[in-house]
Amino acid sequence: MTSLVLAEHDNQSIRKATLNAVAAAKKIGGDIHVLVAGHQAGEAAKAAAQIAGVAKVLHADAPHLGEFLAESVAALIVSLAKNYSHLLAPATSNGKNVMPRAAALLDVQQISDISAVEGPDTFVRPIYAGNALATVKSKDPIKAITVRTTAFDAVPAAGGSAAIETVTPPADPGMSSFVGREVSKSERPELTAAKIIVSGGRGMGSGDNFTKVLEPLADKLGAAMGASRAAVDAGFVPNDWQVGQTGKIVAPDLYIAVGISGAIQHLAGMKDSRVIVAINKDEEAPIFQVADYGLVGDLFQLVPIVVEELKK
Amino acid sequence: MKVLVAVKRVVDFNVKVRVKADNTGVETANVKMSMNPFDEIAVEAAVRLKEAGAATEILAVSCGPLACQETLRTALAIGADRAILVETNEELQPLAVAKLLKAICQKESPQLVIMGKQAIDDDSNQTGQMLAGLLGWPQATFASKIELAPPGAKVTREVDGGLETISIKLPAVITTDLRLNEPRYVTLPNIMKAKKKTLEILKPDALGVDVAPRLQTLKVVEPAKRKAGVKVADAKALVEKLRNDAKVI
Repeated sequence: MTSLVLAEHDNQSIRKATLNAVAAAKKIGGDIHVLVAGHQAGEAAKAAAQIAGVAKVLHADAPHLGEFLAESVAALIVSLAKNYSHLLAPATSNGKNVMPRAAALLDVQQISDISAVEGPDTFVRPIYAGNALATVKSKDPIKAITVRTTAFDAVPAAGGSAAIETVTPPADPGMSSFVGREVSKSERPELTAAKIIVSGGRGMGSGDNFTKVLEPLADKLGAAMGASRAAVDAGFVPNDWQVGQTGKIVAPDLYIAVGISGAIQHLAGMKDSRVIVAINKDEEAPIFQVADYGLVGDLFQLVPIVVEELKK
Repeated sequence: MKVLVAVKRVVDFNVKVRVKADNTGVETANVKMSMNPFDEIAVEAAVRLKEAGAATEILAVSCGPLACQETLRTALAIGADRAILVETNEELQPLAVAKLLKAICQKESPQLVIMGKQAIDDDSNQTGQMLAGLLGWPQATFASKIELAPPGAKVTREVDGGLETISIKLPAVITTDLRLNEPRYVTLPNIMKAKKKTLEILKPDALGVDVAPRLQTLKVVEPAKRKAGVKVADAKALVEKLRNDAKVI
């Protein structure tokens, strides 16, 4: 039994989501190999070889793998799949894009977004925005899996010394090409990796208020900033800030929800946070049902006072 | 250019779902059902392409029990031209749906398939990618902007940390993200018109597709409930709690 974990990387270094996926592979058991598909990704392959518990790194390098296009990466996974019992990818936008395509080409039914491993063929996954947990057993010969990263504690990024094997990827299928990327520039920690997240909802009233009211709080705490779908829909902040069923799933040590009522779809994305704080003027708001600490009142008055108190 | 949109009937997003007492699934009897919100965005995207003169015909397809006709009628009311229901009472998993849609694509030869990035019931986020793979077509998932430029299309995608634009050749599969558009409200005259549009019903057997589930659901349970905590009196008390009790700052 050997698992192949698709690495999430930027050709230079390995992203943390990979470590969570390796952790899930470890729960499954057997040997763990990591696939680094990229362009001039030698440094990422070296970093992957350091991950604790990894037996081998497969490094596929080609210009058409540089931007992680689904057609190319899925074809690569399919070409390697016969040697593996399990194929895993973190449930990042890349993993979610690539793995189902590979699964279909292998004629297997993917198991999406697993949150626990019950056995080599049995997994737990949230459905209905996390309002139910399904335990499913796969009858397929190869298990294609995406991993909910917040559900598995990352394995150490160092301590391993795996061999790196170069693999030749299939030719460029030539179906799609990369045009460009607009990366949100931010000095803040990345949302899914942050220890503290400050999130705003419709109650913020405007994008300006995110800057004026929430940013000082996030700055003081060194926190990432997030938002509810309502705030994104209202155009206050970009979509990649969205926390929830249709956005990012997060589980920081501290989640501060400001002006967020707590719709089911938002709770689905943050209710596994260790400590939740809610600041909302409506004391009946559902967010208070999951908050460890609730503060009822006008956020525009309260948040600046919280910032002042934090400075003391 | 013909556009195929795939739509799924799901428990309405406003319904608080309940796990069945016997832990076999989620209660769906006597629960309000609607079109999967992401699929509604897909139908809207197709209708806008037609309104812009880029698409000539919109075919809406759904797979599932007879009640999915209702979902297809909604798609027709938004502006799809005709509909196909692949009728079955079997549990359909994404791979099976992708195979059914592939068979229909082979019959109908659309140049573009648009569907939601995920259904809000099983949250799988697979069918579009699988269909593209099975057809050997390019895919553009999580789309927030579609610009048709035959023989290709430029699609902006919502990815971790920002936006990415790719160029794909047609035919292709596109899956929709939230910000692609805001679906219109269906008007009564359009609902009436939709009743007169063609809705064809097929069986999976007729398409030569084996839809047997590959995943067996052993049980469905409610997640552990989070206990509601305490209300604190003021900002000062909050910061004290976070410092001294929770020790998170």
